[in-house]
Amino acid sequence: MHGMINRAIERFVRDTYGRDAWGLITARAELDFAEFEAMLSYDDHVTEDVLGAACDVLNKPREALLEDIGTYLVSHPNVEALRRLLRFGGVDFHEFLHSLDDLPERARLAVPDLTLPDMELREHGATTYSLICRGAHPGFGHVITGLLRTMADDYGALVLLEHKGRRETAEIIEVHLLTSAHAEGRAFELSVGAA
Amino acid sequence: MAAAGPYLAGLLDTVCPMHALISATGHIQHAGPTLRKLFPGDEVLGQRFLELFEIKRPGHGGTMAGLRRLTGRKLHLRMRHGPRTEAKGVLVALPEEEAGIGPSGGALINLSFGISVVEAIRDFGLTGGDFAATDLTIEMLYLIEAKTAAMEASRLLNLRLQGAKIAAEEQAYTDTLTGLKNRRALDHLLERLVMSEQDFALIHLDLDYFKAVNDTLGHAAGDHVLREVARAMVQQTRSDDILVRTGGDEFVLVLSRLTDAARVHEIASRLIAQLEEPVVFNGDVCRISASAGSTLSCRYPRPGLDLDRMMEDADTALYAAKAAGRGCHVSFDPPMQGKGATGCRGKSAV
Repeated sequence: MHGMINRAIERFVRDTYGRDAWGLITARAELDFAEFEAMLSYDDHVTEDVLGAACDVLNKPREALLEDIGTYLVSHPNVEALRRLLRFGGVDFHEFLHSLDDLPERARLAVPDLTLPDMELREHGATTYSLICRGAHPGFGHVITGLLRTMADDYGALVLLEHKGRRETAEIIEVHLLTSAHAEGRAFELSVGAA
Repeated sequence: MAAAGPYLAGLLDTVCPMHALISATGHIQHAGPTLRKLFPGDEVLGQRFLELFEIKRPGHGGTMAGLRRLTGRKLHLRMRHGPRTEAKGVLVALPEEEAGIGPSGGALINLSFGISVVEAIRDFGLTGGDFAATDLTIEMLYLIEAKTAAMEASRLLNLRLQGAKIAAEEQAYTDTLTGLKNRRALDHLLERLVMSEQDFALIHLDLDYFKAVNDTLGHAAGDHVLREVARAMVQQTRSDDILVRTGGDEFVLVLSRLTDAARVHEIASRLIAQLEEPVVFNGDVCRISASAGSTLSCRYPRPGLDLDRMMEDADTALYAAKAAGRGCHVSFDPPMQGKGATGCRGKSAV
C-alpha cells in the first residue's frame, strides 16, 4: 500500500488520539519504525496490521474507524491540502459527486504510483445516487463514506449516506442529496492564501 | 446590445466568459461575465477596449483597421489599470455588412490569463464558475497544488534520507575506538581540501613503544592509551584540523591553513611532549612516545596538488625522525630524500 495511505492512518491516530496511542499501535502491529514515509511504498499486510492494531487499541469497530479516517482527512487543519484538492472537483456538491469518477486519475496525476479504488457514480433520479468503489482493499468504501459526509458539510449540502456493504470487490454507498444549498458551507478560494 | 443580439451574447457568455464584442469605433458593446469581474465597480460597456488593455504584441497602430488585421494572431495583452495583469488573447474581425453577426465592422476578442492565472485568480477573487466548463484552468490549479504538496512530501523525505545518510557516513568515517576520523575519511577530506585550494600541513605520526604497552599490559591498556593519544591530539589542535587514525598506532594530522614549518614543528613537538607524559591504567604506568614527519602543501605546485607525493614526503620525514632516535618531529626538506636526518633526540630539527 502506498505510503500516503499509511501515513494518513498514522496522522489520523496521532492528531486524534495522540502520540502515545500511535506508539501502542505500532508496537502491537510489530512495526520496526515509528513513522510512515508518505512517498515510499509498503507491503499491504503492514496496512492491515496497523488497522487491526488500531481497532484493538482504540477499541473501535473497523468500519467506524475507517469512516472516522475519512472524516479526519477532509476536516483536520493538518491535512487541509487534501480538502482543497477535493474542492477543485466542483463548485457544488452535485458537481463534486460527479468528479469522483476522476478521483483515481487525479491522484495519479499528483503522485504517479498512488492507486486509489475505481469509483463510479450512478444517478437514480435527480437526488439519489449510488457510488460504487471497486478495489482490492475492503473497507475503502467506509473511508469514502466519512469523506463524503464531511465534504457535504463543507459544501453546505444536506445528504443522507448509507454504506450498503460489499459485493465481490465492489462497495456501494447510497447518497440522497436532500438539498445542495442547505447551509453556508466552508469558504473555498481557488488561490492559496487568498483573503 | 442590439447590434450583437441577445442570442449571440448569451452564447458567448457561456462558451467564452472572458470575451468582448467591440464596435467599429473600438468601444466595448458587450463583455462576458468574467471579463466584467476584472473591473469591479467600473462599467466596461462603452469604454474603448484599448484604454482598458494594452496590446503589447503584435503591433497594430492603435486603429480599428490595425486591430482587425490581427485576426487569428496570438495577442499579448496587459491591463492598463489595477494589478496590470498580463493576458493572452485572440481576435476575430466581424463582417462589415449590417446583416452580419455582431457589431458590423467590429471585432470579437477572447482573453485568457495564460501563466499569470494564479495571481489573477487571487487578485480578482475568481471561482470555478467564472471559467467555461471546457476551460482547463481549474485542472491546472489543481495540478499546481497537488504537485506542490507532492513535492513537499518528497522534499521532506529527501531531508530525512539525507540526515540518515550523513549519520551513516559519519559512522563509516569514524574510528570507533578513538572517535578520530579513519583512513576512508582522510582520502575524502584531503580531496576536498585540494579542490578548495586551501593550504595545509600534513603530519604523519607513529607511536613509539606502543607495542610494548599492548604486549605487557594487555589490549585494554593499549586501547586506553590510544584514547588518551586522541585526547591529546584534540587538545593540541584546532577544531577545523583533521585528525585521523590510519592504522593501529599510526596517525595523520592535517592542520588547515598552515604554511609555516616552524609553527608546524612547534605544534608537533608540543604534541609529542604531551604524549610522553605517563598514562596510568588500572594502577599500571604506560609510557609511550611518538615520531612525526611533516610537509607543507604550499611547497608543491598547483593546480593539481600531488597528494601522493606529499604523503611520500611526510613519510620520508617520519622515517628521518625515527632514524634520528624517535620521540621527535622532522619537517620534510627536499635534500633529505634518500638520506636520514641524524641526531634528533632532544634537539629540534626543522
